[in-house]
Amino acid sequence: MELNRLVKGKKGEKQFLLGNEAAVRGTIEAGVSIASTYPGTPSSEIGNILSVLAKDAKMYFEFSINEKVAMEVAAASAASGIRSFTFMKHVGLNVASDSFVSVVYTGIHGGMVILSADDPSMFSSQNEQDNRHYGRLANLPVLEPSNPQEVKDMIKHAYNLSEDYKIPVLIRTTTRVSHMRGIVEFGDIPETVNLNEKINSTKDNHWKKGFFKKDPKRFVPVPDNALDMHKNLVSKMKHIDKIANNSDLNVVFNFSDKHNETKATEANNKNSEVINENSEANNENSEVINENSEANNKNSEVINENTKNNDKITEINKKNTENKTNNKKFGAIASGSGFNYVYDVINEDNLGIDILKLGFTYPFPKELVVDFVKDLDGVFIIEEVDPIMEKEVLATFGENQINIPVFGKIDGTFPLIYEFNPDIVRDSIDKVLNHISSENKVHKTGNVSVKLDGKLTDLFENLPSRPPTLCAGCSHRSTYFGVRRAAEELGIANEDLIFSSDIGCYTLGVSPPYETTDYLLSMGSSIGDACGFSKATNQKIVSFIGDSTFFHGGIPPLINGVHNNHRFVVTILDNRTTAMTGGQPNPGLPVDGMGDVAPEISIEKIAIAAGCEFVETINPINLMKTVDTYKRALEYDGIAVIIAKHPCTLIKGLKKRRSMIIKQDKCNKCLDCITTLACPAISLEINKESKEKKVIIDDTICKGCTTCLQMCKNKAIGIKKD
Amino acid sequence: MFNKDNFYNIYICGVGGQGIIKTSVIIGEAAMNEGYEVVMSEIHGMSQRGGVVSTELKIGEYKSSIIEKGHADVILSFEPSETIRGLKKSNEGTEIVFNTSPIIPSTLIQFHQNYPDIKEIINELKSNFNNVYPIDGEKLAIESGSLLSLNMVLLGAVISTDTFPLSKSSVIKSMKNNLSPKFHDMNLKAIEKGYNVVK
Repeated sequence: MELNRLVKGKKGEKQFLLGNEAAVRGTIEAGVSIASTYPGTPSSEIGNILSVLAKDAKMYFEFSINEKVAMEVAAASAASGIRSFTFMKHVGLNVASDSFVSVVYTGIHGGMVILSADDPSMFSSQNEQDNRHYGRLANLPVLEPSNPQEVKDMIKHAYNLSEDYKIPVLIRTTTRVSHMRGIVEFGDIPETVNLNEKINSTKDNHWKKGFFKKDPKRFVPVPDNALDMHKNLVSKMKHIDKIANNSDLNVVFNFSDKHNETKATEANNKNSEVINENSEANNENSEVINENSEANNKNSEVINENTKNNDKITEINKKNTENKTNNKKFGAIASGSGFNYVYDVINEDNLGIDILKLGFTYPFPKELVVDFVKDLDGVFIIEEVDPIMEKEVLATFGENQINIPVFGKIDGTFPLIYEFNPDIVRDSIDKVLNHISSENKVHKTGNVSVKLDGKLTDLFENLPSRPPTLCAGCSHRSTYFGVRRAAEELGIANEDLIFSSDIGCYTLGVSPPYETTDYLLSMGSSIGDACGFSKATNQKIVSFIGDSTFFHGGIPPLINGVHNNHRFVVTILDNRTTAMTGGQPNPGLPVDGMGDVAPEISIEKIAIAAGCEFVETINPINLMKTVDTYKRALEYDGIAVIIAKHPCTLIKGLKKRRSMIIKQDKCNKCLDCITTLACPAISLEINKESKEKKVIIDDTICKGCTTCLQMCKNKAIGIKKD
Repeated sequence: MFNKDNFYNIYICGVGGQGIIKTSVIIGEAAMNEGYEVVMSEIHGMSQRGGVVSTELKIGEYKSSIIEKGHADVILSFEPSETIRGLKKSNEGTEIVFNTSPIIPSTLIQFHQNYPDIKEIINELKSNFNNVYPIDGEKLAIESGSLLSLNMVLLGAVISTDTFPLSKSSVIKSMKNNLSPKFHDMNLKAIEKGYNVVK
């Protein structure tokens, strides 16, 4: 697909889209006028695409300095009556949370949607926190899409909800949804406010942009106002609770009598109308439910006991598998990717288990759940990561005195951590049903899974690993080599040198041979942590932080360090891009998020302004200079700032100037270049016949940085002449 | 024959930077254009720094984009040792199409590991599976004009296997829709070379 289809594609057109691409189309179909982010996987592609397409989509887009600022840009825009979108990875919402919680209090005029991309199994994150908790913490609606089509549609849906109730809406995706591809059918694109048009403000043309109408009672949460705001928020959410219970984002997939996909709301409508209209009817309703559950009680007593202890379930169920489960009727409640897995398992194995798919998961649609479970003998809860819906279901059952077993994460049916997949979901359900293990599942062709044995097992078990590594020509490698050499020359033992690192490519320094990451918490933490180590220990401290990360969260702790007289070395690894997330611009570059010329902010001047007196910019590829600078920095009494400036090798348009070559006659095969640099271009070749070993440099991989040439003690590495 | 009630699962694996995701998107888009339901998983981020990359394509009425253990109809591997890693998705009937040119990790010495013998990989696969197609992808790619067309050689190879459900013409159309016109001729040549080596 050509990317511009996301802007130009007409209603009805179908494209095979990544979840993140679908999110972009969703914002365009929703008429979003302003979008902001700080890049972070698994949400990065949304920003990468918007930075290319925003102008065509009549949208203003920026890579904000950090997620909190991105949140504030979106909040103020929505307060001014235009639709705003901000998106970030799950831990980004931690950074933004201070303003995030407040904007839920103040509310908005134009719609505001926050997309949080969570990362179960931590493909590229430091934790797998479940951001659905934030929906409860801040008290705002949460939607959970399962596939790219739903990502797009739920974004549109969220804007209507947001404007109806003047409240921001949180959309929670996971890696498997953001990075899933599926067929997406486009909808209409509305006319919107174009913030990129430069118009001088006059009384007559306010409408061409947003307009912020002053209303301190609404927008200034000083205690007096905040008291009212919280009251209003609770009342809004009470209304939205009804919406959740009647939302067509919540759907029942009917497998028990072979009808497919009935709207949960249709089935529930009668129920909830009664509930909403008068409480007497409500009571009757719950009496019926109570009767049901009393009847259920007897049936489920045995199962209940078993669920308390998972081992017990398996043990007892193994004894009398068939007669125990065959005449029981189970249901499943699922959201996000969990729904996809359980749907496929139930569908393929003909389990006859109905699924209540929840897309609108907070406020939790309790009435819908009560209705769904009314004829059931047990219910499975399928959700990634934390047992949030499960606790809601248990609470709902408690309130309504429903006594059927809940098979989820708490009782041990499903794993409590990491992302799910169809095999995990099948094997989890099998703990209760006992006849569908994935071990025995036969492919439609009748073929069984290959059981690796003999030589194949040997091959499998001894496969070489492929850990992510610093690229060939990456200047972080030279910096790490330089700091190690400096410490060695000063006689500082490894245990006396703490490396506090940060979030970025350079975190890969945790691996051998560099081992230059000893402590890491979050974006910008390398400097704050250094402050702590500096007072708590007598060890030397070297922190590493990238250019983008320094702007994001490194400036306040640097000022803190100077003001409080701490003593450590700060390395700002300025590789002229936000490399780990795919090369986005940052304030240190002369270009902004939409590709326009922008003022370049000097890291050096910031450090000087912060009061640092030792501030030196080096090219880390120059090893001698690097070693010398670190030696002086390590002996400096105060905060020494070293800016290691060299462009990332992945920046497009960088020309390769040369390749390195091993002078075989001078190489004594000490292998220092391999064992201390671990450059992907350098490897050891073993001749199959003669078994002779030879160090070689692959010139298709080599970027010509010369680090190896400079470090080789035997002067056995030279520049290859073409 | 494959029809709309059927399922077809393609597991594609290799090393970051080999063009695996692009190849997968081309197949997925072709499936969509032929009127099938299709979903796909891809993982971005750290795995692209020289790490293992895999995508999972499922054609048919699936909701989930992860292939179950033993349920790949075909494994398309861009790197010989990665073929072995992909076998967790294989059953006895899985067709295995793979590139025989290795990418040797630079970390072998640090981790005291060895790269397996390619001949042994080929022999072991052949003695355990009925449909094994080792392909000298690098050679065919260079013959087509550039090593960069390796992914198109392998695409050509996989579409010529007996069970592959999509037509060659729709895959080519999808390739043209996803890659720069500058390289269409080279990529067509590469697809043909891969196609003919299996047929």
